[in-house]
Amino acid sequence: MSTTGRYGRFGGQYLPETLMPAVGELERAFDDARRDEAFTQEFDRLLREWVGRPTPLTDASRLAREVGLRRVTLKREDLAHTGAHKINNALGQALLAKRMGKHRIVAETGAGQHGVAAAAACALLGLECIVYMGTEDVRRQHPNVFRMKLLGAEVREVDAGSRTLKDAINEAIRDWVTNVRTTYYLLGSVVGPHPYPAMVRDFQSVIGREARAQHVERVGKLPDVVVACVGGGSNAMGIFSGFIADRDVKLRGVEAGGLGIESGKHAASIVGGREGVLHGARSLVLQTDDGQIRETHSVSAGLDYPGVGPEHAYLHETGRVRYVSRTDVEALEGFQLLSRTEGIIPALEPAHAIADLPHIRDDHGADTDVLVCLSGRGDKDLDTVMERLA
Amino acid sequence: MATLTVDGKVRLERAFAKARAERRLAVVVYLTVGYPDRDATAPLLRAALDGGTDIVELGVPFSDPLADGSTVQRASETALRNGVTLDDCIREGADLVRERDAAVQLMGYTNPFYRRGYERLASDLRAAGIAGVIVPDMPAEESAELDRSFAPSGLVRVDLYAPTTPDERLARLLPSARGFVYCVSLTGVTGARDRLGPDVGDLVARVRRHTTLPVAVGFGIATPTHVAALRGVADGVAVGSAVLDVIGRAAVPDRATALRDFVRSLVEAGRS
Ligand SMILES: Cc1ncc(COP(=O)(O)O)c(C=O)c1O
Repeated sequence: MSTTGRYGRFGGQYLPETLMPAVGELERAFDDARRDEAFTQEFDRLLREWVGRPTPLTDASRLAREVGLRRVTLKREDLAHTGAHKINNALGQALLAKRMGKHRIVAETGAGQHGVAAAAACALLGLECIVYMGTEDVRRQHPNVFRMKLLGAEVREVDAGSRTLKDAINEAIRDWVTNVRTTYYLLGSVVGPHPYPAMVRDFQSVIGREARAQHVERVGKLPDVVVACVGGGSNAMGIFSGFIADRDVKLRGVEAGGLGIESGKHAASIVGGREGVLHGARSLVLQTDDGQIRETHSVSAGLDYPGVGPEHAYLHETGRVRYVSRTDVEALEGFQLLSRTEGIIPALEPAHAIADLPHIRDDHGADTDVLVCLSGRGDKDLDTVMERLA
Repeated sequence: MATLTVDGKVRLERAFAKARAERRLAVVVYLTVGYPDRDATAPLLRAALDGGTDIVELGVPFSDPLADGSTVQRASETALRNGVTLDDCIREGADLVRERDAAVQLMGYTNPFYRRGYERLASDLRAAGIAGVIVPDMPAEESAELDRSFAPSGLVRVDLYAPTTPDERLARLLPSARGFVYCVSLTGVTGARDRLGPDVGDLVARVRRHTTLPVAVGFGIATPTHVAALRGVADGVAVGSAVLDVIGRAAVPDRATALRDFVRSLVEAGRS
């Protein structure tokens, strides 16, 4: 394995032997594709013509006033095709799978956004698509289940463990182990074994590249703080990657605090986890003293995961990114706040980043320009929010 | 008893040597500790040995067993609900070594071992007389730390190889194999199958080109017919899900006898 698969002591390839040749093949295919202009041009063309990129940068002045910050800008991944940033990665990997001659795609999904994105990309490229989804997530995100089916995907419910994203990943990996010769595993975040964390970041880095240029053009300077929600961490890595070299720009990741870190019912793997190995990588993991992976809780299905990408664990350790958590209740407030002030209904995942804005003001003062990665739109969450606000 | 002066690795080697001397395949039995209940494990392990088991693999339950099919998944879930810990697994192993001088390994996923700390794991296993571990989500590339902790105590980490493993990888990794070599009979997860994987003979032949260690075949092996088909191919068979199925199917008072008889049928099927 190349040394690029490690972020300090995090990362790696903790996989069954059966899959080791496959991740090697994937690494070579990805390296080859990213150097091939025909591949990158096709990816860029579809990002423009099918995904609708570049996504706009929106000046959220009423929101800024409400939270007491000089300026808040929103990177509008909610306006990308299928309603979230997940499509950038799903399209990139589906193109790669096709190039590798693999026509059977398996994917996992939590909120359903990655599942929908994978199903859409597979429909576009004529690939077979099977999406694993925990029964608990099927229940709370059922509009997305219907969307996946409309897009021609087969949705397989996973009724094991906590019946959420973690268990869907287990089942997708089992499928991959069994059908590795014909099947491409289209993983939806910067988690899993190398090369996924690097590859998914690469496909998502378009967010950061666009946002940086747009902010400089609009405001005439870089933002002071960039904030994103962190589940597995792909929208965050996507936007952070544009600013990581700008040492003056503060980066901030917001995890799902659930009912509060003290309650133990949360999904904040960095704020509340310890080093461990989950789904093929060493990272920070929510686990018991005996090394069992803990059940997580978040109002947002897309953040409800006991691990986090290994590069985030590393960025936390080096201090380049500061990670905090916001609770369910705070996220619901953020959800309503953005809807009311800007006419934008966010997904519950980035509502955690919106909820962090008052804390950014407390930490950095009112004279701060904040760029938020608005990773997705909230249609899928209306049932959940209606129930919670009733 | 002189057994405590013999280390676990020697017990493994002895187990394969004994089977070879008796012109039969060694039988490796996998059991999830704490399945179906905590008190069941000790008598079941003894019944497996009474049936002729040569090597015991104690399954350490894990919340996310991604290389396992539904049988081991469910056994793991049950065991965790029963509160089974890594300490319990080591204790069961220690008892078995002390009472029966058995060749015992732990089979489990990386994270519980990692959380314990590899140094502490090594000293715990050594003290228990357990030979070492099989870790289905720890390929050779990720094993350096564990190997460093294990080497001074003579503990072994048995590698798994699969039909998808290319020759160049076998050539690179097999020289550092210890104890025995575990060949995965099929491309997939654990779980009893109706027939043997089509690639198993080829895989064992490819492995033997690079090692003289005994070769055991596991994953999917479910019946005496499967075992008989591996005579002259492998040196041993590893049976897990089928064992759990036999236990799960038997009425509670008959479990131990059912297991003993099943193991005996596997041992007999392996005689040339
Ligand atoms: C809108 C949205 N944002 C964020 C996430 C969390 O994933 P990640 O941390 O990989 O961006 C999800 C996951 O489903 C999502 O749908």
